[in-house]
Amino acid sequence: MAKKRLVLTFPPEVVERPVVALMVKEFDVITNILRAEIHEGEVGRMLVEMEGPGKRLNEGLKYLEDQGVQVEEAVKDIELDESLCTNCGACTAVCLPRALKVEAPGWEIDLDKDRCILCGFCVDACPLQLITVKF
Amino acid sequence: MAKTYEEINQRIKKGEAVVLTAEEMTELVKSQGAKKAAEKVDVVTTGTFGPMCSSGAFINFGHSDPPMKLARVWLNDVPVCGDVAAVDVYIGATALSENEGMSYGGAHLIQDFVDGKWIKLRSTSHGTDCYPRREIETWVNKDKVNQAFLFNPRNAYQNYACATNGSENTIYTYMGVLLPNYGNATYCSAGQLNPLLNDPFYRTIGVGTRIFLGGATGYVAWQGTQHKPSVERLPNGTPVSPAGTLALIGDLKKMDSRFLRGARFIRYGASLYVGVGIPIPILDEEMAVFTGVSDEEIETNILDYSQPTRARDSLGRVNYAELRSGSIEIKGKKVLSAPLSSYSVAREIAETLKGSIKAGEFLLTEPVELLPSEGTLTTLDVRDEEGI
Repeated sequence: MAKKRLVLTFPPEVVERPVVALMVKEFDVITNILRAEIHEGEVGRMLVEMEGPGKRLNEGLKYLEDQGVQVEEAVKDIELDESLCTNCGACTAVCLPRALKVEAPGWEIDLDKDRCILCGFCVDACPLQLITVKF
Repeated sequence: MAKTYEEINQRIKKGEAVVLTAEEMTELVKSQGAKKAAEKVDVVTTGTFGPMCSSGAFINFGHSDPPMKLARVWLNDVPVCGDVAAVDVYIGATALSENEGMSYGGAHLIQDFVDGKWIKLRSTSHGTDCYPRREIETWVNKDKVNQAFLFNPRNAYQNYACATNGSENTIYTYMGVLLPNYGNATYCSAGQLNPLLNDPFYRTIGVGTRIFLGGATGYVAWQGTQHKPSVERLPNGTPVSPAGTLALIGDLKKMDSRFLRGARFIRYGASLYVGVGIPIPILDEEMAVFTGVSDEEIETNILDYSQPTRARDSLGRVNYAELRSGSIEIKGKKVLSAPLSSYSVAREIAETLKGSIKAGEFLLTEPVELLPSEGTLTTLDVRDEEGI
């Protein structure tokens, strides 16, 4: 089984078609939508994890591209400006996947990008407004 | 064997003083006992770096020509308190920008001032014979004003509640974002490093105590507002709820934004992270016992901040070692616990102060007046004219 974390970009004319659902059905790919920004008539973006036998997964992604969807490997794009961070820990209060932690002995913020699901809660919670999330 | 302030200061001047941070003192008292620790140690340094909403700064701008009595005043579009004579203002840390809303407030303004940035000053007034000018718009920075001092009415709280949220909606508070159904819990104290938790009965921290404030030297000006010493305490003297507070003063021009930072708590507003470090003289064994307190021995109440009342019920008691472990138990459920005050910067402040004392650059002061050791708070009751 192969697993990929991807950013799908939907041109406005594709947004209204259920291309992901059709792909899941046709190619039997397990799809976990982590984040989506989809609005009628606008370019849509979706952060997904897709899992399936390598060949089927690639065929599924090819299908999406044929439908006009741009498929890119997700560059994990959470950024914390460490030079200004005071390690207060307020961001860790809302990080349920525990990607952000502040612990003994150093009590400095530890950001594990592999655990981050880019939910963006920490962006709101950081009192110094030092975190940005893009996908 | 008791020591005096003079004896300790003589040792500091000679470079012989033994200075430990409150963390180090806790270890020493644990391993060797308070009696030996009291003999060995002269000073214990504490530190805290947390959001302290009750903060602000006075600035005097000097007079324009023709002169003006600054009545309504905005700095970077943040309304500040004018009407203090002619050209004195007070910036309240929680005032919000009239243009940028909650993302910029008095606290950010104070930080920008400390960083030497140019600040837009705008004011209107009624005009008098002696102050004829009625409006002004200009730019100032810290080198273009007279006195500027931080004067915080309530800082360095001796303990604070642990906040959680039992409702079904996320709530946005000065204790951070609280997730529904006890989804998390936040706390805001340096615990064993906190100044007043190391001097629980205010034996040495009082009016006139010289301190580290925002990266510069400051002083305890007075008891802080809402100073409330008469609360439940553990046998070691530490209160289990917010108790003593300090009003602090210091030269804003000499401060460093590393230890004075503007913050915004989403959908709450602005607050100022203030770095405070206070040296505690180990006058005798009792002070060694006090400064030997550890996170396990300091407790606080868990309060449900979704209750819209000033008298929230306690959901239980936790100690700071439990809070610092990353999770606590509320109503049988494991709940993520997270700090809002920076332990690493609190530690840095205690270390910095320790370094200054060891280098002979920072002498201790005996309080010119002690803080009240008893007292509770009144409340604001809504009454009509017939009720007065």
